[in-house]
Amino acid sequence: MTVHDITTTRRTFLAGAGLVIGVAIAPKFLSAAPTGVPAGGAADLKPMNAFVKIGTDDTVTVLSKHIEFGQGPFTGLATLVAEELDADWSQMRAVHSPTDNKIYANLAFGLQGTGGSSSIANAYEQMRKAGATARAMLVAAAAQEWSVPAAEITVEKGRIKHTGSGKESGFGAFADKAARQTAPAEPKLKDPKDFVLIGTDLPKLDTREKINGAAIFTLDIMPDGLLTAVVAHPKHFGAVVNSFDDTDARKVMGVVDIRQIPQGIAVYGENTFAALKARDALRIEWDLSKAETRSSAELAAEYIRHFEKPGLEATNNGDVAQAFQQPGLQTVEAQIIFPFLAHAPMEPLDAVFIKAADGSVDIYNGAQFPGFDQQVAAKILSLDETKVRVNTQLAGGSFGRKAQFGSPYMQEAASVYAAIGGDRPLKHMWTREDDIQGGFYRPMYAHKMRGAIDAKGQITAWEQIIVGQSIMAKADLDSTSVEGASNLPYRIPNLKVTSHNVTLPIPPLWWRSVGHTHTGFAVETFVDELLARVGRDPVEGRLALLDATSRHAGVLRKAAEMSDWGATLTEGRARGVAMVESFGSFVAQVAEVSVGPDGAPRVHKVWCAVDCGVAVNPNIIKAQMEGGIGYGLGAVLFDAVTLGKGGQIMQSNFHDYRSIRINEMPDVSVEIIRSAEKPTGVGEPGVPPIGPAVANAWRKLTDAPVRQLPIVSIMSS
Amino acid sequence: MVTFTLNGKERTFDGDPDTPLLWVIRDLEKLTGTKYGCGVAQCGACTVHLDGMPRRSCITPIAMIDGSDVVTIEGISGKEAEAVQTAWAGLDVPQCGYCQSGQIMSAVALLQMLPKPTDDEIDGAMTGNLCRCATYHRIRAAIHNAANSMEG
Repeated sequence: MTVHDITTTRRTFLAGAGLVIGVAIAPKFLSAAPTGVPAGGAADLKPMNAFVKIGTDDTVTVLSKHIEFGQGPFTGLATLVAEELDADWSQMRAVHSPTDNKIYANLAFGLQGTGGSSSIANAYEQMRKAGATARAMLVAAAAQEWSVPAAEITVEKGRIKHTGSGKESGFGAFADKAARQTAPAEPKLKDPKDFVLIGTDLPKLDTREKINGAAIFTLDIMPDGLLTAVVAHPKHFGAVVNSFDDTDARKVMGVVDIRQIPQGIAVYGENTFAALKARDALRIEWDLSKAETRSSAELAAEYIRHFEKPGLEATNNGDVAQAFQQPGLQTVEAQIIFPFLAHAPMEPLDAVFIKAADGSVDIYNGAQFPGFDQQVAAKILSLDETKVRVNTQLAGGSFGRKAQFGSPYMQEAASVYAAIGGDRPLKHMWTREDDIQGGFYRPMYAHKMRGAIDAKGQITAWEQIIVGQSIMAKADLDSTSVEGASNLPYRIPNLKVTSHNVTLPIPPLWWRSVGHTHTGFAVETFVDELLARVGRDPVEGRLALLDATSRHAGVLRKAAEMSDWGATLTEGRARGVAMVESFGSFVAQVAEVSVGPDGAPRVHKVWCAVDCGVAVNPNIIKAQMEGGIGYGLGAVLFDAVTLGKGGQIMQSNFHDYRSIRINEMPDVSVEIIRSAEKPTGVGEPGVPPIGPAVANAWRKLTDAPVRQLPIVSIMSS
Repeated sequence: MVTFTLNGKERTFDGDPDTPLLWVIRDLEKLTGTKYGCGVAQCGACTVHLDGMPRRSCITPIAMIDGSDVVTIEGISGKEAEAVQTAWAGLDVPQCGYCQSGQIMSAVALLQMLPKPTDDEIDGAMTGNLCRCATYHRIRAAIHNAANSMEG
């Protein structure tokens, strides 16, 4: 998901909205108080601008325009503000900002939204300016009060000081006066060499409440008189309700009502269990006439047929056709099938609706694109958008699941709320089964690769054909289908990458690292096979295809050095390496693998080198690499959503949509390349290299290249 | 009528006896630190202590716990709980945080039984607790840190 993809795609969904680019700080009067459940901060908070409030108790509250679901924007954005504000870390707090597609726009997208590993990248200067502005206003207020020149005032660790007069104060005493100062148009930002907080391992702001049960997620919002609703969904994509019998369901203790909505049958209960039990008691006949009835195996067979047809051209350098006709070549071919993947965040999708006395509605949800949620809900509830407030909540993960144009989930949730009239507060929740069977998967893909090696052992040609759904529903080339392949980092004179868009009733979506989930695997396993064919070392061979000064080469050399690449290994173990650039960040990983007692890959250790420009919070970067490795490893080892005979979804919960568990998690070492480049993201880039690194080690151990994912289910089938 | 203690206080429940303990704790008692993740004892987000043992509250019918003592994340105390929560904070273990109540409940129960667990014993006790953010690496380190801190 590139910035370009987002900005072009969003136009389809957000007709008429102006593109807001730049780092302007919205005026403070526009910063409405968040109406959601506060995640921190004291009672009397004075707004310095749309992003910073200073409390009379000395606290500094940062309004995060990005949703916090574990990737760290609360801490990251607060670090940027605190740096320029010269605040002490202990006084910093963070909450979600209100919803506003202009004031709180992601500067990379032009609307409010979190995705594409862009939070720190887009807000780096904006949040620093917000902090510097607030600092200047505090200093101006102190200068006035103390009758001293502003230039003689210093600020350090949350203390405002004037040495000449011996005056000193915290921020709180000046919060009110500072808020009434005029903000400087262009506050001066620090030279990076003077950073005191950026680049240090500051403790995360949301840790404490996440270890004592106090953190409030959407599912935890419990207003008085709450109704809880679940929806019975079909087990086939594209199926609709033909008829239903709710006689038994209505007999369940605590059931309030049952209504048909476009997405299925909604069941309303006085409590969660009543709704769940009644849903189980429904008898529904589904109309499958427009449903997907093909199995995954049948779909794969159809995908493969596309290889023979001309595709959409993504890259065409040199002359691949001619290169393959040269005499004395060795050629290597590979065909790889990738399954549908569910995101399966720990907290399934949910939303809470509460009507205010004036008829306006507060929505509480893990809103990744809150503006879309607001628009969709307003339309379904027949309210003006100004009468719908989306209050973003902490979310129990997302991995892309909540980043949806047109907010299909909110369409369902708002329909459930609208169908019962909306006088009582309502919580709509998905169960794990709804989540695993709910679609919006990482699409299934088929790749065909062909490589040519000349007599001197040089890779002269590379052809790659990618077949799968267009995540952005494009008729022409979808860059998210080919990213990572179309811009192959390796120097190969003849390169051709094409794609074929397949249309299915199964809704697709981006899944943590988007196209790189499959292109990274295909490219990095195939280059490894080509190098192996000519006896080249995987690290040295890759480096020979890269510019020595490139950031790609930098992380590769670092990962090799960390792992002592080439060292003698314990018998029965092998190492694989992979390097993928995604979202502007460069990551190389070395995985040490053996064949486990169950015959499946056992990953013992992963060494990871990351270059993401300026490292704002190294601790969070390391955590995102560790988590990305675990998330990606679980997927390549175990995960697939498959359609069985007749198109029925075969998985339903964590027992058959396996997730990596603690006993399968390798030891991980992470090192961050020192860099003065502008920061880029880390939420996604840790994911792509782990799969191919493990598969490359697996090929050495078993002599069998991985041609179908997940690795474990092929062995058991 | 079911009677039990919840974090030391006596509670009664006279609704549907099939109701899982999870929904009684959350919907009726409004203790929301205990999470729903799967409903079928596959993820451990709903882990509580039932008479001192870790238990998946999502598959425990309320009728089965008559006379029992239930402790949730909001009610844990003692040296193991303190050591675990301190170690968790020290390593900034949580990412999204949704599974962490369950992780901590399992880790506290582990240290109550085995004050100095090995890696294999950690695997044995913690395998039932999923973390989709994959914070496992830090969970393991935090459990070792907590065990070490209790020695001193």
